[in-house]
Amino acid sequence: MTSLAIMGLHRSNEGKKGGGTGITGQIRLDGEDLVSASAERVRQLRGSKMAMIFQDPLSALHPYYSVGDQISEAYRVHNKVSKQVARKRTVDLLGRVGIPQPSVRVDDFPHQFSGGMRQRAMIAMALSCDPELLIADEPTTALDVTVQAQILDLIVDLQAEFGSAVIIITHDLGVVAEVADDVLVMYAGRMAEKGSGNDVFRAPGHPYTWGLLGSMPRLDVARVDRLRPIRGTPPSLINVPSGCPFHPRCGYPSQVGGDRCTTEIPVLRETGPDHQVACHLMLAKQQEIWAQLAPGSATAEAAAQAETAAAEAAASAEPGEGVTEVPGEGVTEVEAT
Amino acid sequence: MITFIIRRLITTVFLLIVVSIITFAIFFLIPRLAGQNSYELAAQYVGRNPTRSAILQMEQKLGLNSPLVVQYWHFLWGIVAGTHYNSGPSVTYCAPPCFGYSFRSQQPVWPQMMAALPVTLSLAIGAAILWVIGGVSIGVLSALRRGSIFDRFSMGVALAGVSLPIFFTGLISLELFSYKWPIFPNVQYVPITTNPALWARNLVLPWITLAFLYAALYARLTRAGMLETMGEDFIRTARSKGLKERTVVVHHGLRAALTPILTIFGMDLGLLLGGAILTESTFSLPGLGQFTILAIQNQDFPEIMGVVMLAAFFIVVANMVVDILYAVIDPRVRVSLWPCLRSATCACSSGPTTAWSRRWTGSRSTWSAAARSASSASPAPARA
Repeated sequence: MTSLAIMGLHRSNEGKKGGGTGITGQIRLDGEDLVSASAERVRQLRGSKMAMIFQDPLSALHPYYSVGDQISEAYRVHNKVSKQVARKRTVDLLGRVGIPQPSVRVDDFPHQFSGGMRQRAMIAMALSCDPELLIADEPTTALDVTVQAQILDLIVDLQAEFGSAVIIITHDLGVVAEVADDVLVMYAGRMAEKGSGNDVFRAPGHPYTWGLLGSMPRLDVARVDRLRPIRGTPPSLINVPSGCPFHPRCGYPSQVGGDRCTTEIPVLRETGPDHQVACHLMLAKQQEIWAQLAPGSATAEAAAQAETAAAEAAASAEPGEGVTEVPGEGVTEVEAT
Repeated sequence: MITFIIRRLITTVFLLIVVSIITFAIFFLIPRLAGQNSYELAAQYVGRNPTRSAILQMEQKLGLNSPLVVQYWHFLWGIVAGTHYNSGPSVTYCAPPCFGYSFRSQQPVWPQMMAALPVTLSLAIGAAILWVIGGVSIGVLSALRRGSIFDRFSMGVALAGVSLPIFFTGLISLELFSYKWPIFPNVQYVPITTNPALWARNLVLPWITLAFLYAALYARLTRAGMLETMGEDFIRTARSKGLKERTVVVHHGLRAALTPILTIFGMDLGLLLGGAILTESTFSLPGLGQFTILAIQNQDFPEIMGVVMLAAFFIVVANMVVDILYAVIDPRVRVSLWPCLRSATCACSSGPTTAWSRRWTGSRSTWSAAARSASSASPAPARA
């Protein structure tokens, strides 16, 4: 939902023109504030400077237009070129994202593509205008694991090639570990933890992150006991719990003392260089608890890092994330390189 | 695509033959099953107070004493190639397509229907243009401004339009615009060839009355379709490309929302071409609807049979055209029907059976559902 807000595509934008967007705070792209920008300006930026890849590529592509038409349409909105030029560019892009025989497949319709090819076509569409920011909203959920890996490789490769910033939204920690430079863990529309991939996976400070990591099966550690799920269910986003939104499911309010967890919304606190956690637990306490929790904490964490530009992954477990519109009081900052 | 059209044409011809069998059976088989003999049947063709010899002559002339199969063949052959009525001394030739002679006027039925057809054609096509443009645009605007005053007002009017019968709205409009304020005085049909301006002026009221009924229905359908389509993921994608809202609505939203409307439009137009009975009666237009009513009132079997066949023909043909147009519009139907030109595509379309089954189960499910709801909502001949 935050990502839709960045794109100006959240629901209140439909229909009513110039109506209240329900979004407060700041969204900055290249220093330009998108919240206060006019709808027309945001429209011009959509597709050209920021582009988005959606979850389900079959329903996200128009069934009545050929894949090529849809991609060249995206290109021609922002570039005044002839149909032939746009078509050449489209064929070129389809080739770049790994569609075989792009000059033939360009005239195919989405239903003639496989799931992976559709997502590749979506990526080609998103990249058609060399955006500075690419938002991928669970880009691999509808795909099987092998295709997932291919798509992620493709995104990482193209990110290096085009030099765009990429935001990947996912609940798949494997994906995060694979591609993310920076990780932002979100819970109930709020930031829980923010840091480099290494920090978040090796020394997480937020009980929610612990829960996420604890509920993941691992290949590199001997299996000693059952996975530890986070108890309870994600809260309703219409009725977010008071104080720390995670407190009803958290095991550690007693360690904080008092009723701070139920009354006071925690803010992001620096716990290390470029590592921030929104939790009332003292830093020493956090480290102490994680030391007990971490399975095989001595073994090296296989959090591979993509070398290039800033890729930020907002990871959040369970589908509760982003189902409803969150009035983002927090500042969502996106600095494009 | 060519094979598809040919196949569809063959189906259409087959359907028409079935219709002719049923029509023939209603008028010739059922009376026999009810115990009427060919003499009594022939008596109906002769007029009041017939003599026995006249009836026998008619029986022979129409071949009513020959077996039913032969009679049916005679009937079918008459439609296709014309026929000779042999009544002993005199032989009358009925040119194709021959639907027999009217009881009332003793004239061949076909030319009479052809005289009435331009009236119905003018009425139906003119109204269709009005209601498609009006209904669809109101529906789209209502969907885009859902909950607004415009939406509520137009949907209220649409509800009235769907509910009010033609003979009510028609008479009101006649009273207001023809008598009270004579903007369109003396409404009567003038052929377009005689005076195009007068033709159009005199048809304005019938057009608007008929279009009002259908526009209301189409506005509601379009609104529902647009609301559904505008919530689709591909609309979000279109917006995320940075397209102008207008392009998003027209090219992406309306295009997808219009396909079910097209189906219903084909059926409605087909039905209307067979005669808009209520509208024609209200405005005294001498079209096929009037023709039908007179035929029924006079119990003029050949005329009734002719008009039933003609109406069925229009509906069947309209359906065929819609099917073909559907293949043109929706690539999911189209591509599976095209012959395999590229190996890549062939993986998706393997032979006519899958093409058919996909066509009927998959892509059609939406519009067939819509069509079903619409047809249950509008039994057109009774309404129009």
